[in-house]
Amino acid sequence: MPLPYYVSPEQMMKDKAEYARKGIARGRSIVTLEYADGILLVAENPSTLLHKISEIYDRIAFAGVGKYNEFENLRIAGIRHADVKGYSYSRGDVTAKALANAYSQALGNIFTQDIKPFEVEVLVAEVAEANGSKNEIYHILYDGTIEDEHNYAAMGGQADEIRRFLKDHYREGLPLGDALGLGVRALTVTQNKTLSERDLEVAVLDRTKVQRKFRRIPLEALGQLLGAAR
Amino acid sequence: MMDQGNRWRGVFNDYSNPSFMDLLRREAPHLMPSASPAPQEVPHEPPHGTTVLSVRYRDGVIMAGDRQATAGFQVASRRIEKIFKADELSGVGIAGAAGPATEMAKLFQTELEHYEKVEGENLSLEGKANRLSQMIRMNLPAAMQGLIVVPIFAGYDEKAGVGRLFKYDITGGRYEETNYDAQGSGANYARDSLKKLWKRDMARDDALRVALEALFDAADEDVGTGGADLVRGIFPSVKMITRSGFAEVPEDEVRRVCEAVLADRARNATGS
Repeated sequence: MPLPYYVSPEQMMKDKAEYARKGIARGRSIVTLEYADGILLVAENPSTLLHKISEIYDRIAFAGVGKYNEFENLRIAGIRHADVKGYSYSRGDVTAKALANAYSQALGNIFTQDIKPFEVEVLVAEVAEANGSKNEIYHILYDGTIEDEHNYAAMGGQADEIRRFLKDHYREGLPLGDALGLGVRALTVTQNKTLSERDLEVAVLDRTKVQRKFRRIPLEALGQLLGAAR
Repeated sequence: MMDQGNRWRGVFNDYSNPSFMDLLRREAPHLMPSASPAPQEVPHEPPHGTTVLSVRYRDGVIMAGDRQATAGFQVASRRIEKIFKADELSGVGIAGAAGPATEMAKLFQTELEHYEKVEGENLSLEGKANRLSQMIRMNLPAAMQGLIVVPIFAGYDEKAGVGRLFKYDITGGRYEETNYDAQGSGANYARDSLKKLWKRDMARDDALRVALEALFDAADEDVGTGGADLVRGIFPSVKMITRSGFAEVPEDEVRRVCEAVLADRARNATGS
């Protein structure tokens, strides 16, 4: 029987991380911004049927970049986690923090134990109930690394450039239209093209809504918002 | 770790199932309403919800219910809510044993919301009605012991552009009613009242009045059904389901219509 080659753990992790990063870098990016009434999520996604952004629970939204089937899997797992928790305790007990930790554990385990790591980054956002309290944005990487972000977050191929752009241009308390305009400009910061409403998937966690805060912005409304922001 | 063979065998069962009930059965079976066997003997007179009704009108359906829960000859609660929002376009009115009925409504809500989030679109009204029917069937062993739950389900059918309502029996049998129906201990009186008052294509205000008249008639004849409680300011709960969604009729408006009904009845009373 041939002996398997010895590969040092460092090398193995490095190879896996590089593999995952390459996969993620191929995908288009997503930005998240806190705005006056909640949290805005903007993805470059020409498909109107295969979503990158979705609702998890009353105040919680999910966004994923990378390989569709992998983050779709995580999305459904998240909905299951939240619904079982909300059913057995109460709706108010479902938090983004617990969910983000669960994602972090799952991705961490997959990264170390499976041959192929997940080529995804996911984002869990929770809008605060009242204006005074804090929104929460968690960013979870392919290896389970978890970060909490403030004001804005970016994931995907051009995340670093987008983050740099937002660092210079982000202001607190922007109205929805302005925040959307900023998000779209951030997405195109490395590209020489403009994005129309047909290239975008946009949703908000709108604090002013009752109970379920998640709302997709339909194509028509999106066009109007973008037109006004330009 | 699961072995490779089993790992992918159940893949479609596992990944594409948008049912919350199946999820609960698999992952938290102790939370299923029918998890424990039905008791041989039901505790003495558990609280019962009494009368709920649903009426079709021009823009959709109205659902209304009194606010009383009754245990034997006693009032168990004066402010119980019997009409629950199932999702944006449907509602469920519960009658029967209050505990299991409320739990069923909650499970049903979660089931619809879970489906909507996983699939990214709503179940059809027909699909929702069927799902509820299966839940009632699950409750059959408990129903045989006396813990009967018989809801009314009503909603706005987006495809057909009309309001529709469904009634059930304890075995989960599902029957669509075209115009109106009532359920619970005062249901016969409410139904008789609706039979006389219901008209095709009623406007919103007329439908509201008819629904409340029917509840008054039920409360008049059935001891279990609560009427308008002017002293405590408790009035029936009324919801409207239309194209634009599930909405509660404001309490002020219900109070005004209740007072109008009472005034008319006082004026016409013949002393009987």
